[in-house]
Amino acid sequence: MAKTLISIQNITKRFGNFAAVDDVSLEIAEGEFFALLGPSGCGKTTLLRMLAGLEMPTEGQILIDGQDMSRVPPNKRPVNMVFQSYAVFPHMSVKANVGYGLRIDKVAKDEIEARVREALALVKLDGLEERKPDQLSGGQRQRVALARALVKRPRVLLLDEPLSALDAKLREAMRSELAQIQEKVGVTFVMVTHDQDEALAMATRCGVMHRGVLQQVAAPSDLYEYPNNRFVADFIGSVNLFEGTLTIDEPDHAMIESEELGGPIHLDHGVTGATGATVWAALRPEKIAMAHRDEGAAAPQETNVVPGVVRHLSYLGNETLYEVEIACGRRIKVTRSNVARYEERGFSGGEPVWLSWHPRAPAVLLS
Amino acid sequence: MEQDWKQSRGSFFTAFAPPAFWLTLFFLVPLAIIWAYSFGKNISMTEVAVTGTLSNYARIADPVYISIFVKSIVYAALTTFLCLIVGFPVALAITFAPDKAKAWLLLLIMLPFWTNLLVRTYALMAVLRTEGYVNTVLGWIGIGPLPLLHNNFAVVLGLVYVNLPFLVLPLYSALDRLDRSLLEASLDLGAGHIRTIREIVIPLALPGILSGLLITFIPALGSYLTPDLLGGPDSQMIASVIERNFKRANDWPFGSALSFILMYLTFFAIAAQTLVAARRRKAGGEA
Repeated sequence: MAKTLISIQNITKRFGNFAAVDDVSLEIAEGEFFALLGPSGCGKTTLLRMLAGLEMPTEGQILIDGQDMSRVPPNKRPVNMVFQSYAVFPHMSVKANVGYGLRIDKVAKDEIEARVREALALVKLDGLEERKPDQLSGGQRQRVALARALVKRPRVLLLDEPLSALDAKLREAMRSELAQIQEKVGVTFVMVTHDQDEALAMATRCGVMHRGVLQQVAAPSDLYEYPNNRFVADFIGSVNLFEGTLTIDEPDHAMIESEELGGPIHLDHGVTGATGATVWAALRPEKIAMAHRDEGAAAPQETNVVPGVVRHLSYLGNETLYEVEIACGRRIKVTRSNVARYEERGFSGGEPVWLSWHPRAPAVLLS
Repeated sequence: MEQDWKQSRGSFFTAFAPPAFWLTLFFLVPLAIIWAYSFGKNISMTEVAVTGTLSNYARIADPVYISIFVKSIVYAALTTFLCLIVGFPVALAITFAPDKAKAWLLLLIMLPFWTNLLVRTYALMAVLRTEGYVNTVLGWIGIGPLPLLHNNFAVVLGLVYVNLPFLVLPLYSALDRLDRSLLEASLDLGAGHIRTIREIVIPLALPGILSGLLITFIPALGSYLTPDLLGGPDSQMIASVIERNFKRANDWPFGSALSFILMYLTFFAIAAQTLVAARRRKAGGEA
């Protein structure tokens, strides 16, 4: 692991009695692309603004490169930010915008010229130096903001919802481009987003926040496959959650008795929880297999199989989302990839089906 | 949604007619009469004959009147400038005050508006006169008494006091409209507060600053009560001269001509401001 660049230690930010950020501790390594992910109002932007120095923490401290930033104003921090609104200065040309920070730092004129040119080339804005912001598209304005921040060669680049204002196509293109730019310049990126796809696709590591509390910090795949708790499981992707009681817990197998499912969930691994405790099984829609069922047929002898009836289906292009009602009336989300252009044995509304899953498919959550 | 008035002529004229009638009868008609008088001469104590003469305007070319016009412009400009120096930090402070305090601070700025000008001016006289509060306090530390009243200093001080809200309010609304993230971006890029104000706040708030300057300058230019009460024998401004011609001198044609010259000066100021604003917009659009 690379050396720690940012060390956030028990940071709390209160606005009146409301704790926007509640005792968050987090270490971010040099060269990481870190995403702070959470629903709006979860405190992620407040945390980012405290990194920038635009907000002062109520308690705790932030170290950058081992230096306490508590009393350092924003203009003296080795940190630059790309604002959600881009905050491109409307009265300055593209060139003047990008060169602003360097002029403040009293960098020599020809060096400013060279670095601005380099930064604009990096974000593919060469040739637009003399334009004013109102002659640029939203995407171009964002590139100006990015170049303006990167040209200062910060230790950390902060990005506040960088893609939220772009349209869908551009957003997708910008995702990989941002990741490429980050690799190229090697600067540590800390991004705030409410869009889980964005975070999973771009970040090397994500922190999920909810109500000011950091819920889980992990690599994107771990976040998806091994969520810590119900909030993370539900927020990242789509999930079926079943509340149940842990009845068997051996090193090589375990069983959850779930009233919501109307039967047991068998696992081929142990759960480090107390037998008899309430737990939740999180089952992703794409991890559930679906097969045709003849009305009145006896249940097969296998475990983790339940009968159901397709109640609703949404065709989404790349996949189809089925809502399957099981005996107790609960609806379960199941997705199937549309591999062929038309599925030979597709499922239609009202059709009886078997649902089944692998004993390692559910994630067991203790909270 | 903006609606074309032509789509609902009936309601448009119902709303439009009364104020239009009011303005015509009580503003445009008297103004036209005064304008006509400025080309006339007195033929008796109460009658003016409109003869088309330009002699009234010719009399204004007299150095006495020119110097009073110049002095009025200088005082108004000085007042506007001092209002800007005092008002800008005030407007800035209100803009960045917490929301709860904002309403109270704005109220404090507007409060003098609801007090009669005459009362406020007499209050100021009580503060400034030789036995006034300022000189009493200065007396304790062995200074003075200073001549603070009935001179040009008192006039400018009074004008700044009276006209300050005219500048603070438009300034505040211009500053309040600024996108905060632009200021934060400037700080983030390494600029201090003073630098941010110079490079970001002032250029972006300039249209608001200019219109604020204008609506301070215009009433200051036509001030009558303040120079009359606070000033000395040499602090006459043009409005006092106009008043004297309409009343004591009973020379309505000459007073009318003076009034119109004052109004043309005002028009000129407005035109200049509009031109500057238009050029800025154009420069912003092309560049």
